[in-house]
Amino acid sequence: MKRFGKKDFLLIGVLLVAALGIWAGIGLFGSEKGANAVVTVDGALYGRYSLDKPQEISIAIGENVTNVLEIKNEKADMIHADCPDQLCVHQHSISKSTESIVCLPNKVVVTIEGAKEAAIDSLAK
Amino acid sequence: MKKKTAYLGVFLAFALILSYIESLIPFYFGIPGMKLGLANLIVVVMLYLSGTKEAFVISVLRILLSGFLFGNMFGILYSLAGGVLSFIVMWLVKKTGQFYSVTVSVCGGISHNVGQLFVAALVVENYNVLYYMPVLLVAGIITGFVIGVLGEELIKRLQFLFQKKQ
Repeated sequence: MKRFGKKDFLLIGVLLVAALGIWAGIGLFGSEKGANAVVTVDGALYGRYSLDKPQEISIAIGENVTNVLEIKNEKADMIHADCPDQLCVHQHSISKSTESIVCLPNKVVVTIEGAKEAAIDSLAK
Repeated sequence: MKKKTAYLGVFLAFALILSYIESLIPFYFGIPGMKLGLANLIVVVMLYLSGTKEAFVISVLRILLSGFLFGNMFGILYSLAGGVLSFIVMWLVKKTGQFYSVTVSVCGGISHNVGQLFVAALVVENYNVLYYMPVLLVAGIITGFVIGVLGEELIKRLQFLFQKKQ
């Protein structure tokens, strides 16, 4: 029984090369060192915190603190979540503009804002 | 046929065991949508052995049952998005008749991850997470490949179960 043909090799090869290409592209051109950690809850802006200042941010929805974000060594890391899966807590800390931490059950997202974006935002204000 | 119903039950149980094993493995990639997809093994095998309808039913039942047993309501919706998309893609790729089961499984792995990432982006209304797409694509190819190789071995060895009927 043959298990792998030329077409299979081609299709998987093309997919793999495309994925690695986009990955490299994002890594090389898309990401820059972050300036702020931006927290959104359910799509709405919750707060913007400088990565230069070590701090601990309690993210509360209503009266309950659902997540705690820690900023240390210019990196943002989720250190507490009240959901059962704890995926966001296990995720590594983030510091680049293409990285994010997502807590799906609480709809909490932490993204990193690069220096350029931060400048545009402060102008807009 | 009575016998077939029994086999489908056994396969569903097997898929549930795989879901359970997967929930025990501390496989934290930290990215929403990232999964080993062990249970996909059963879907691939069913797709080849018993047919599209049965494979689809097993796939959906597996997600519902494992969601109630090891997860929550939210997890079910989230898994269904990935599961149904990956099923449709695998069915279409198989239907072309151009590819072997390993490729079908790879396409399933990719589309499962992609579907879940899109649902995650929609749920949190934040599209920055889509930057993780290439990582999920590569992960889907690797896990899909391993599952595909295992699936083929199973298909070869389990063919006899379904042959008599047809």
